[in-house]
Amino acid sequence: MEASKVIHAIYTDDDVLMSAVKKVKAERHHIEEIYTPFPVHGLDKAMGLAPTRIAITAFMYGLVGLTVAITMMNFIMIEDWPQNIGGKPSFSYIENMPAFVPIMFELTVFFAAHLMVITFYLRSRMWPFKEAENPDPRTTDDHFLMEIAVHGNESELENLLKETGAVEINLVDKAH
Amino acid sequence: MYTFSKKLKTFSIILMVLGLLGVGFGFITSHKSFEQVEHLLAEEESHHGGGHGAASHEATSNHDTHAVDTHAKSGHADAGVDTHKKHVEHVQHQIANRPWSALYVAAFFFMMIALGVLAFYAIQIASQAGWSPVLFRVMEGITAYLLPGALIVLAIAVASGTIGHYNIFIWMDPEVVADDKLIQGKSAWLNIWGFTIRGLIFIGGWSLYRHFARKFSIAQDTAEDKSNFKKSFRITAGFLVFFIYTESMMSWDWIMSVDPHWFSTLFGWYVFASMFVSGITVIALVTIYLKSKGHLEFVNENHLHDVAKFMFAISIFWTYLWFSQFMLIWYSNIPEEVTYFVTRFQAYKLPFLGMVVMNFVFPLLLLMNADYKRIPWFVVMAGLVILFGHYIDIFNMIMPATVGDRWFIGIPEISSILLFAGLFIFVVFTALTKAPLLVKGYPFRKESEDFHY
Repeated sequence: MEASKVIHAIYTDDDVLMSAVKKVKAERHHIEEIYTPFPVHGLDKAMGLAPTRIAITAFMYGLVGLTVAITMMNFIMIEDWPQNIGGKPSFSYIENMPAFVPIMFELTVFFAAHLMVITFYLRSRMWPFKEAENPDPRTTDDHFLMEIAVHGNESELENLLKETGAVEINLVDKAH
Repeated sequence: MYTFSKKLKTFSIILMVLGLLGVGFGFITSHKSFEQVEHLLAEEESHHGGGHGAASHEATSNHDTHAVDTHAKSGHADAGVDTHKKHVEHVQHQIANRPWSALYVAAFFFMMIALGVLAFYAIQIASQAGWSPVLFRVMEGITAYLLPGALIVLAIAVASGTIGHYNIFIWMDPEVVADDKLIQGKSAWLNIWGFTIRGLIFIGGWSLYRHFARKFSIAQDTAEDKSNFKKSFRITAGFLVFFIYTESMMSWDWIMSVDPHWFSTLFGWYVFASMFVSGITVIALVTIYLKSKGHLEFVNENHLHDVAKFMFAISIFWTYLWFSQFMLIWYSNIPEEVTYFVTRFQAYKLPFLGMVVMNFVFPLLLLMNADYKRIPWFVVMAGLVILFGHYIDIFNMIMPATVGDRWFIGIPEISSILLFAGLFIFVVFTALTKAPLLVKGYPFRKESEDFHY
């Protein structure tokens, strides 16, 4: 395994960071990762990240929840043991449907919300005993860090990053 | 400044003329003599076969208001009451009610759009919204219809009980009240003088707010300081309190009292949700129209996105209230209140269930996607379906109580819609020409112009 090098450029202002990202992208360098202490609006667009599809998964999870609710109550209340409970019409699902709507609604929301959160954890690789991947603890407080891979163009990159207003530029060995 | 295009003006006038002709036709053809109705019923009987005729008869007699109606008309008759005579007179009354109700439903529908927009406008000012000020003049234009529209609704309601033969509100008929203990108990509220005076107070309050909000808004355009904005903010807070009380009472008076034996506690909210979502939809439609003509260059797709979000959210809010009202009554199934839905289920199945599809399922699926909310033609399509759905909603509130199973969406209904649509377009777009389409001095104007979602 060969150790490759990355440059860590550190900024102290999100506006400076944004313009730096635009400049680095304009020079056609690939940004590996950016670490920020809080969401910076428009950063994903500036970096050219693909939009998230998590809303689409949530919609499909909701449909699953709705199906579960309908199948479950149809089996229990209509097919398995259609009792007369207080005169409610248990002859077919549609006839007694208004009574089932609260459960249909709640299960739809339950499935959509929980499965979407779990999807988010899986895709972001987050779990309780996960080792933190923070290159510099200051990025959780008031510093912004941009990581760019180096392919033998260190001095060119360093000059470019200095121009963009980086307060600190470190060359780091990164084990793969 | 916007100028009312000649084409649109002609279009609105054509709508009004066509509508008037159709409404006149509806009134002329609805006066049927006893013999004519008798003949009509006999024809229907032979056409449909006995079974169906009996079923539809059963459906109408389930409706308490009409049971009262026919009961009162034959109250003076002897014990050997001629049920045939009662039935024919009942149907005769229903047929005569139809053009009145058609006119009333359409008048109320367009009035409630203007009222819904006024409520939305007030909420935007009270919440100091930063996205909507570029749409304020559009909203002010639409609310110009409120005063004439609400007066027309009140006039039709009162006329139906004075000029007409109690064609919408059965409690206006002294003969019915004399025989009906339930209405007698409510007559302290349900009497024609109280109805008129309350109506005038509601309309007066709403119109006063509209007048001053508009005045301060225009004064702020050229003002040096923010005093007009502050005044407008203060009266808005007062108006919203006034509105929520009067809107509730208006819905009892103008809609719920067509079924004077029935009552529901969340009815005011339900009517409010209907008017709110229709109003927001019309804001979107007028905005898209004006923008397509190049009059609103400061409105961008982000504003459209926000309006469409409101259409989506309030559609669901409406459904929530509709379902809450329906399910609570269906579940407990208390005879005195469940008749309301029994009539609607027996004689109005298609409009009753179709309205839920148009007002809920359709906007839910169409407007859920964030990208679709930014496409004008998509929002227009969804908006037209929502508007039609809410027309049917009002139709379902009024018609079962007045025409029963004799309903149809034919010439009287469509003409009434055309008449008020024409009037609405004429009044709204005339009002839009009276002031610049951008609020100049409003403190949040810049934020709104730069609004980005």
